[in-house]
Amino acid sequence: MDEEREKEGIVLTEAQLRSRRHRSIAIALALGVLVLLFFAVTIVKGPAVLNRPM
Amino acid sequence: MSVVDHNTLELAPIRISEAEVGDYIALLKPRVMSLVIFTALVGLAIAPGYFHPVLAFTSLLCISVGAGASGALNMALEGDIDAMMSRTANRPIPRGKVTREEAMTFGVTLAFFSVLTLGILVNWYAGALLAFTIFFYVVIYTMGLKRRTAQNIVIGGAAGSLPPVVAWVAATGSISVEPLLLFLIIFFWTPPHFWALALFRSDDYARAGVPMLPVVAGPDATRLQILLYTIVLVAIAASPWPLGYFDWIYGVASLILGGGMLALAVNVYVSRERSASLRATRKLFAFSILYLFALFATLLLEVVARAIAPWIGFGVG
Repeated sequence: MDEEREKEGIVLTEAQLRSRRHRSIAIALALGVLVLLFFAVTIVKGPAVLNRPM
Repeated sequence: MSVVDHNTLELAPIRISEAEVGDYIALLKPRVMSLVIFTALVGLAIAPGYFHPVLAFTSLLCISVGAGASGALNMALEGDIDAMMSRTANRPIPRGKVTREEAMTFGVTLAFFSVLTLGILVNWYAGALLAFTIFFYVVIYTMGLKRRTAQNIVIGGAAGSLPPVVAWVAATGSISVEPLLLFLIIFFWTPPHFWALALFRSDDYARAGVPMLPVVAGPDATRLQILLYTIVLVAIAASPWPLGYFDWIYGVASLILGGGMLALAVNVYVSRERSASLRATRKLFAFSILYLFALFATLLLEVVARAIAPWIGFGVG
């Protein structure tokens, strides 16, 4: 039994698994928003997206 | 003799986070963020010329995420102070939900992406100014001034005053008098606002060893400084009207709101008895938030009024 547990390594509790899942979803959403933002601005600016002041 | 020592290496127990998304949102200081978003929105709204709504949204998002990053870095650096103060003891780091290192990583990541995104998608002047704002709040205010001088929030207030300037620069690519007026209004609003808070939380600040003005110079000196800064604030807030930068709607609102702010500052100055003083400072603190929101809201109102004036045949100026 102990040997089996050792093979499994660290076992996360329910609370740890749940919070990790929530954090992963939040990161995925944030990345999605970033991708959409870059896409939308590229469409809005057209070729001028490459002309950046400074 | 063996060439290899068979010592067991003691590793620290592995900590697995149970932090929820809400804890990370709390690190962003959402209430401070709401003021930043609103003042930046006003900076965008009063900027001349056409600014595409998608770019305006991008700018607002980057400025607010940058402000949130500053908040997270501030909390990472002030976990020890926060734990000692009743107002901040419930923050994620003192509660043990998020570690200092996690908050630091979160803050640096958000700061990096907010500046980079604003620079790439809008313009690099605005991106650079946002980077400077974050630097000023985290390095100059949090690391430099907060624990050293009673002038911490006076000088540090510059960071909180910059968002409308960043927004203006994002929209126009240049700087002008109007955003600097908004900067000055927030700059001179900050001391009366925070000193009112510090007056009724002075025990907290003293316990945490933060040299806020009431702790260092005493409540009477603080009351006088609040009154003096409020007089300067009301004068500066009213000045854009006679100078011709903002219209009469703003001018009248600034006088009415300024009158209220001044009356409450005088009330704080004359109320020396403990319970009366507590009431007066709480009232000033609450009204100061309303004051800034309402003052900036009238600028938005002016923009709307100017936009619809030709349709209803009515002059705003």
